[in-house]
Amino acid sequence: MHPILIITFGPLLAALVAGLGNRMIGNVAAKSLTTAALFLSAALAWPIFLGYLSGSESAEVVRVLKWVESGTLSFDWALRVDTLTAVMLVVITSVSALVHLYSWGYMAEDPDQPRFFAYLSLFTFAMLMLVTADNLVQMFFGWEGVGLASYLLIGFWYQKPSAGAAAIKAFVVNRVGDLGFMLGIFGTYLVFQTTSIPEILAAAPGMSGSTITFLGMRLYTMDVLCILLFIGAMGKSAQLGLHTWLPDAMEGPTPVSALIHAATMVTAGVFMVCRLSPMFETAPTALALVTIIGAATCFFAATIGTTQWDIKRVIAYSTCSQLGYMFFAAGVGAYGAAMFHLFTHAFFKALLFLGAGSVIHAMHHEQDMRFYGGLRKHIPFTFWAMMAGTLAITGLGVYHLGLGFAGFWSKDAILEAAFARGNGAGQFAFWAGAFAALLTSFYSWRLMFLTFWGKPRWIESEHIQHAVHKTPEEAGADTTGGYHPHESPLSMLVPLGVLTLGAVAAGQVFAPSFLDSAAFWNGSIFYNEALIHAMHSVPYWVKYTALIVMLIGLAGAYLAYIARPELPAKFVQRFGAIHNFVYRKWYFDEVYDALFVRPAFALGRIFWQWGDIGTIDRFGPNGVAAVVARSSLAARSLQSGYVYTYALIMLLGLVAAVTYVLL
Amino acid sequence: MEGLPLLSLMMLVPLMGALLCLFAGAQAARLIALVATLVTFLLGLVLWSGYEIGGPQWQFTERAELFAGFAWALGIDGIALMLILLSVFLMPICILASWEAIDKRVGEYMAAFLFMEVLMIGTFAAQDLFLFYVFFEAGLIPMYLIIGVWGGDNRIYASYKFFLYTLLGSVLMLIAMLWMVAEAGTSDIPTLMQYDFPPQAQTWLWLAFFASFAVKVPMWPFHTWLPDAHVQAPTAGSVILAGVLLKLGGYGFIRFSLPMFPEASAQFAWLVFALSMVAVVYTSLVALVQADMKKLIAYSSVAHMAIVTVGLFAFNVQGLEGAMIVMLSHGLVSGALFLCVGVIYDRLHTREIARYGGLATNMPYYALFFLLFTMASIGLPGTSGFVGEFLSLAGIYQISSTVALVCTTGIILGAAYMLYLYRRVAFGAQSNADAAAMPDITAREWAMMAPIAAAVLWMGVYPETFLAPMRADIAALDARLAAAAPKGDAQLAAGAPRGPANAIEHHQSADHASAKEGAH
Repeated sequence: MHPILIITFGPLLAALVAGLGNRMIGNVAAKSLTTAALFLSAALAWPIFLGYLSGSESAEVVRVLKWVESGTLSFDWALRVDTLTAVMLVVITSVSALVHLYSWGYMAEDPDQPRFFAYLSLFTFAMLMLVTADNLVQMFFGWEGVGLASYLLIGFWYQKPSAGAAAIKAFVVNRVGDLGFMLGIFGTYLVFQTTSIPEILAAAPGMSGSTITFLGMRLYTMDVLCILLFIGAMGKSAQLGLHTWLPDAMEGPTPVSALIHAATMVTAGVFMVCRLSPMFETAPTALALVTIIGAATCFFAATIGTTQWDIKRVIAYSTCSQLGYMFFAAGVGAYGAAMFHLFTHAFFKALLFLGAGSVIHAMHHEQDMRFYGGLRKHIPFTFWAMMAGTLAITGLGVYHLGLGFAGFWSKDAILEAAFARGNGAGQFAFWAGAFAALLTSFYSWRLMFLTFWGKPRWIESEHIQHAVHKTPEEAGADTTGGYHPHESPLSMLVPLGVLTLGAVAAGQVFAPSFLDSAAFWNGSIFYNEALIHAMHSVPYWVKYTALIVMLIGLAGAYLAYIARPELPAKFVQRFGAIHNFVYRKWYFDEVYDALFVRPAFALGRIFWQWGDIGTIDRFGPNGVAAVVARSSLAARSLQSGYVYTYALIMLLGLVAAVTYVLL
Repeated sequence: MEGLPLLSLMMLVPLMGALLCLFAGAQAARLIALVATLVTFLLGLVLWSGYEIGGPQWQFTERAELFAGFAWALGIDGIALMLILLSVFLMPICILASWEAIDKRVGEYMAAFLFMEVLMIGTFAAQDLFLFYVFFEAGLIPMYLIIGVWGGDNRIYASYKFFLYTLLGSVLMLIAMLWMVAEAGTSDIPTLMQYDFPPQAQTWLWLAFFASFAVKVPMWPFHTWLPDAHVQAPTAGSVILAGVLLKLGGYGFIRFSLPMFPEASAQFAWLVFALSMVAVVYTSLVALVQADMKKLIAYSSVAHMAIVTVGLFAFNVQGLEGAMIVMLSHGLVSGALFLCVGVIYDRLHTREIARYGGLATNMPYYALFFLLFTMASIGLPGTSGFVGEFLSLAGIYQISSTVALVCTTGIILGAAYMLYLYRRVAFGAQSNADAAAMPDITAREWAMMAPIAAAVLWMGVYPETFLAPMRADIAALDARLAAAAPKGDAQLAAGAPRGPANAIEHHQSADHASAKEGAH
């Protein structure tokens, strides 16, 4: 039996047993089973990845079962393993295993643990099906499967109205993207007569200059297909326009945010573009769009991140922004850099989220950073872990020393690639990316300073008041309210420790393979040799851009939150309109509500009341009834005898038929 | 097995059951009905296992001349086989669903159901035009009775509407049938399926059949009888109405309209597309604002059946097979959703969504089943709903990207109204103490839900089981339609290849040397 079968279906089996067994098998059994399955998957996935790293393995496909055959449209359940998949395998199984372990501590008091662990494992299964897909339809299966798990986990605390709303929003907004994905698959089948990814990629260059009619417009075939597929990617990866669900998804438990809404699921769009990179390379317009959307998202989300107070929302917008980097890297043709950022980001962003979870755990479920402060000494392990995560995401590293945290390597490569690409979209992406890096540094350090430095502001939090049974007045000068934050249990600290290792070293160790090795990728992504050369020869100021903007952001955050804490309030006073625009997330939710949600309900009511009842029924059945009543046919006989009337008419008709035929 | 008139036997068993039920007490009638439907289901399995894939097109044929060319002619192809299996599979579940909910005139009720089963099998198995007509129309009589006698408060209006719509269509269809038989000189359906009617006549014949089938499907704007009928019908009535009776329209299109009038079908495809596109958007939005669970699911049925009609008129294999799978899937899923409504209706006696909430807390297994069927309804891959929808829409995309785009918006709207329903029923706080006290599903309800859940997943993961028997018949139909099939609007045309998207221009690479020194 091929190990990929155990890696993939182990978590499914565990999820089914834990979910269906639920209270019958109990908390410990459900938790042990799912966690063990994930550690087993991770243990089997790393050797595969290391095999590709050393070049000793080659791509293979394990066929499982026929799925659909309809005319020339046929596809199977099959698991594809190549370098690109192997990268995703280690990311998914490692982070998932650690998140399972972390949840032992984080969810310890939840009454519904088997369900939670079952959902986590189910998610992992779906994600693995997505990345092992050999055809577009199985990718779509995984795509929707992770959507389902995400829906269930966002709505895990389903009694909370906000959780239910966020869950629906996530699913429906994703479905908008899925509309594009589905049409993309249909179009791909129409053009290539197959949904098999290798066959499509092989045939794509031949279709490079062809044109097709889409919605009455005459367009380049490959641009149409790639843009449709990219719309799917935008939904799943929360890119500008379809991003609104991601911040709301923070309603889910924090381990979920770390696994699904940071490290794995939201990167599916980037994975898709990289998987289909030879196809996207034949579609210049589509790639320019990918670059621009990615760059715009990375800038836009970073601005919002600087103003939010909820610790999880800051990290959520940060994720959105980092995904933008990955997209524009893919857009300019640096797929290796995009995948590398996906890889390093998985570690440091999972670390930041789990760290935030540890903080929230310590602070009695308070998530508002205005009520944190001075936690450095109380939860030192969490502090140092988050410090490593922050250094990684802000990209600390020095080019000439060849030393840096994980994010330095990948982010720097992305900025270099955008610069080296040299076209208009690339230039835009470079400057947007550089400015977003400054903002990234600012909001990340803002988060750190507000949480771990300064004086405690705990007593203003309702959660803390609840815990210590005091009001701020009663507490007086003691702004801690006498509350003692405790460091998290070992089951939560071990994952933090492992991820810290990744955030510090993943870039250093794997950069040569991911960024510069065609042999490592082994044809699983489009490898642009010329671009790699151009990246190496960008001017030094480009190579130092990431470091410089990181230091500026750090200095800014230090100034505003430690040296002169009165500055932010002054800024808000001075530039109220701008701050409000950014703080209210560029009013996307309000605009969408006015443009789509309200009109949908209003139209539904109009169609129902005026269309069905007011028009169709009025002139249809009710109108006929009125006419019949007027032509003095007794209404009574109609109401009671219609069945017999009907039977009679049918019989008469048959008699007529027989007579007609006989004659 | 050779020579055994299995189809007649499958009709005889429920018929005998129906007669017995009429004279039996309440409990006895329930048992008789359950046994009769289970035996029929077993016979259905025998039928399935005896059906030879790749064998003759028409199998299990029986023929007894009655009079005037009117014959007791039965026989099935793969398409009919699947629809018969769907019917006999749902029947025992319907009996179980009525076990406690029906307590007046139980004998007559069970007899009506069993009689309906006879007529449904007859409709799908009939090979004589007039025999089909009799079964097709008579099958609705027990349904009228079920709604009219065991229905809700407003049952008279609902059954009146049902009656009126159906009558209109039937009369026109009957006239068309008379003309066809006179023209072709036979009422044998397989012969008629090969007969080439003059194109001029096809137009009128197609419209006459359309009048009947469009009401049954139902297509917009002939759909307003459906929400009323569902709301008033008892649970099991809704299951059969959604599960099987709605499929009569789709079956009519695939058995009569398409093979008998291919030119007219192509000519009117635009009409079908237009009505279906309206249906998907319009009824989905209407479903969004419903406060009554059954009405919501009824409107969702109209939207789903629109995917069937676009698939059928896509004139290609994917569209046809997709339409068939959507029909089977919708039969299972919407039937199951009505059962889900029935389960809580039996406990709280209201269909008003707002009266429920937080059921996931006190009814976790119910919430699980409801979730599965909700997901199947919105076409989550891995469930039956996806396979059908995907194939059907893939089929229509080859004809028109615009129609495909509009119909695919159904996946967004469908998710919106179904999840909104699920949220209000299963999620949220337990605001109503009565709803919060409801017990989880019983063993009887497990026995209703679990088989459908298994079938839904089976059809989603390995639809080959259901596609294989129909493949040859769909291929034959596709070949018959090939001459008339409209051209797709894609018009793919080759062109001179464009350069690679991310070619790095030469002068930049030439800057190598200077850049290396950081000279910029």
